[in-house]
Amino acid sequence: MSVSQAIAIDKPPPQARGWPRARIVGYALVGLWVLFGLGIVAYLVHAWNAEFFARYAPAYLQGLGTTLSLVAISMVTGAILSLPVAYGRMSKNKILSGLAYCYVYFFRGTPLLVQTYLVYYGVGSFRPELQTIGLWWFFREAFYCGVFAFSLNTAAYQAEILRGAIESVPRGQWEGAASLGLHKLQTLRKVIMPQAIIVALRPYGNELILMIKASAIVAIITVYDLMGNAKLAYAKSFDIQAYIWVAIVYLVLVEILRHGVEWIERRITIHLKR
Amino acid sequence: MPAQSIWTLLSWGPDGWSDDIASGVLVTIALALATLPIGLTIGFFVAFAKQQEEPSLRLAANIYTTVFRGLPELVTLFLFFFGMPLLLQYLVRLFNPDATVDVNSFIAGMIVLSLIFSSYASEVFLSAFRAIPKGQYEGGYAIGLSKWQTMRLVILPQLLRIAFPGLENCWLSLLKDTSLVSVVNLAETLRNAGVAARVTKHSFLFYSVAALVFLVLAILSSIVTGYILRSLGRREAR
Repeated sequence: MSVSQAIAIDKPPPQARGWPRARIVGYALVGLWVLFGLGIVAYLVHAWNAEFFARYAPAYLQGLGTTLSLVAISMVTGAILSLPVAYGRMSKNKILSGLAYCYVYFFRGTPLLVQTYLVYYGVGSFRPELQTIGLWWFFREAFYCGVFAFSLNTAAYQAEILRGAIESVPRGQWEGAASLGLHKLQTLRKVIMPQAIIVALRPYGNELILMIKASAIVAIITVYDLMGNAKLAYAKSFDIQAYIWVAIVYLVLVEILRHGVEWIERRITIHLKR
Repeated sequence: MPAQSIWTLLSWGPDGWSDDIASGVLVTIALALATLPIGLTIGFFVAFAKQQEEPSLRLAANIYTTVFRGLPELVTLFLFFFGMPLLLQYLVRLFNPDATVDVNSFIAGMIVLSLIFSSYASEVFLSAFRAIPKGQYEGGYAIGLSKWQTMRLVILPQLLRIAFPGLENCWLSLLKDTSLVSVVNLAETLRNAGVAARVTKHSFLFYSVAALVFLVLAILSSIVTGYILRSLGRREAR
């Protein structure tokens, strides 16, 4: 009997169940979220309006297309533009690196909304000059202005991502490749880039998500993207569900992208896992 | 109108717009500074909840950051600015049927920016929490400090030092996000510059001024944060 008692005493104390304060607070907060979610669902069911849906759902889909194409074009243009900027940032030439630094500082230091206004209203105010050089058709369209501003903006961010990723590869890799007789471009393509991409993937994914979120801004310069259509629907119907639906679409879009990036990252770092 | 020179337009007084833009700059700074303490507090508690053992707390905190980092800032702002009066009105009318509710755009902007700032700041705080070794807590308990005292006297000073560079980035994006509140008619920098641009037709000039203002604010903040960082570093060295 004494032996079994001694063993019983040596056991670790049972896991504390019951209701510690953290659990009460946690359940209350989760309950609040559930209530909030149910409230929104109940509101949408209550305010369900087949006419509203029939009229604006196609517009939302079209807006989604506009948003996605705006972001896609800007990301690709920005990626191309970011190459010379990143090169300038890493170059030893003082003038070149200074210029690239100023570019990056300006586009990262000012709000995207200001940059968009500066392009659409600011550059657009030089109409006669633009007409004489034949660029007016470009700056007349709000969509093109949005693409222009977003490309310049994301180029600055992407240049920093690229620079960070390339500089994260140790110097020895460059030296090793040089000692094998690879020239600089070959080294970059065959040795540095495969390692840099792993580092850069997550920031690139974040930049893509940030661009999708920021693209709502173009609604203010009268582009009918997803947000623009929501604004239009709200202005016509004064129905708050216009914004609730658009919020749901953005949230789903961002979550899909976020999980997609995580999945890709898991796949390409599979050789680093032990 | 074109007869007016740029310098008249930028002068201080009835003919110029500098005073209007300067008052806008004050509103921008006030909005950002008013958001900062609220956002930091919420962000800290969200991060605190995320590294608790209790799964329900973590779930609630994760929903918070997922929602407010996933929604575009503009959508959150519009939802809040147009949705909150409806909700409040509905609630108030339960008690007082004739009441009308208006949401002040400064308050709405402050709340929305706090939500967004706190969800980003919570990520910074969370990684700072993870950078503090467990031994620091155990050491605190071992010398008889309570949970709260350990947090305040041992963890928090280290946490702030680790989180500071990340919080600086959050502050800079907060400063830029204040410009979004201009679309719900808050008379801040961008809004006033926009009015000036529309009245004088010198859009490029005034939006450049607005951009310059934000650049100067960013430079000023990096000077101030550099100073704070140096003093934090000195305290650590002692």
